[in-house]
Amino acid sequence: MKRLFTVLVAAMIAAAPALADEVRSTGALGIVIERAAGTVAVIDTRAHTRLATVEGLGDLSHASAVFSPDERYAYIFGRDGGLSKIDVLTGTLVNRVMQSGNSIGGAISDNGRLVAVANYEPGGVRVFDADTLAPVADIPATDIGNGKRSKVVGLADAPGRRFVFSLWDTGEIWIADFSAGPQPVVTRITDIGANPYDALITPDGRYYVAGLFGEDGLALVDLWHPEKGARRILDSYGRGEEPLPVYKMPHLEGWAVAGRHAFVPAVGRHEVLVIDMDTWTEAGRIPVHGQPVFVMAEPGGRHVWVNFAVPHNDTLQVLDTETLAIVETLTPGPGVLHMEFAPRGDQVWMSVRDGNEVQVRDTLTRKVIATLPADKPSGIFMTARAHRIGL
Amino acid sequence: MVRLAAILLLAALPVAAQDVAPQRAAALENMLIQDCGSCHGLRMTGGLGAPLTPDALADWPDDGLVATILHGRPGTAMPPWKALLSPDDARWMVGRLRQGVTP
Repeated sequence: MKRLFTVLVAAMIAAAPALADEVRSTGALGIVIERAAGTVAVIDTRAHTRLATVEGLGDLSHASAVFSPDERYAYIFGRDGGLSKIDVLTGTLVNRVMQSGNSIGGAISDNGRLVAVANYEPGGVRVFDADTLAPVADIPATDIGNGKRSKVVGLADAPGRRFVFSLWDTGEIWIADFSAGPQPVVTRITDIGANPYDALITPDGRYYVAGLFGEDGLALVDLWHPEKGARRILDSYGRGEEPLPVYKMPHLEGWAVAGRHAFVPAVGRHEVLVIDMDTWTEAGRIPVHGQPVFVMAEPGGRHVWVNFAVPHNDTLQVLDTETLAIVETLTPGPGVLHMEFAPRGDQVWMSVRDGNEVQVRDTLTRKVIATLPADKPSGIFMTARAHRIGL
Repeated sequence: MVRLAAILLLAALPVAAQDVAPQRAAALENMLIQDCGSCHGLRMTGGLGAPLTPDALADWPDDGLVATILHGRPGTAMPPWKALLSPDDARWMVGRLRQGVTP
């Protein structure tokens, strides 16, 4: 009996995965995209350490990630159409499929069972089983002639097993509803405005807002009432002014909300726009250092942090959401590409691309408390995103 | 006629990678991959912007590409880069793109 027990214990130890001899949870983990090298660093956001480097992920230009509901797996969306599934506990690549020729991000369904990818080539959305990455559905975008279909941007998950996305070339917002099974019911909202470039969903999952590149303004869809179509908001924010060159497309990831105000980058103007979410009208605009790229609120909403397009991408500005004043201008280093706040806001991680490092700053003092070397880092994604609508 | 010949001769000059100082070339190479790559892909295979691989550019003359870089393409997301790049910089980039760019 004792011998059998020993054998069983030995078998259990042998079957354990590589890192599980040290029991670990995933709540403090995250990943950093090293886009030029095609690698992903798995990080411990509390110990400020790199736990593993995952290789073989292809072209990670503009790569982004979502997490499984148990925070164990990260799905990485590469530029070359590669969809990769990483186990952040073991720091290994567990599956990878080439699902298109050219892609731009994705989303995971509210139940964690479906992963959707937005594609430029061929234009459309493809949906996969989150466990196996087997294809589930293909949603080709609108035909634009010459065998091409509209590029898809701003793909986000919404409650009720839905994915919402925007069509760059044809100015549409589509809602794909998977609540009845693997064949989606697709609602197509047309004439939303020219060239939606990215979109976001409010934290409650109710409103989808697409920024427009081809004209001033944003397109708003109430996902409780998609039958009402899209509503144009802030449609005159640049009236009478010559737009400045946009050297990098702004991003609408996340939703910088403080009280009733939301903060979004203006396009072609060195301004952050303030939206009154009760009336969906402009509540103000804040002149800033350059073309804003990411406008991100501290989780507590007290400040908004803004980074900029080249040639102003060595700088960050911190805005007071109450007074709308700039409270601090930081210069973390060359090529500040992305920021990620710890879920409760005490620290903010930022990638300094041409400095080849990731900085961790105390959100209160805004001082650097740790740095990690990284190879041309871009996106930073913490596992807490697993529990957020629209991230 | 002489003037036409001169123009033709100029147009026929190969784009050389040594037209800019080495330090500037390194900065331009990084800009090409990292900043142009934001839209065109780090491997120039395209994204929101068009592919800029040697094959994709084969039918485009150098002068047209230089003009596109400096002045942008109205009606698209391609901005004018003339505030950040000189004509020599742009010409160097075109030559570099024709060789094929990877990070």
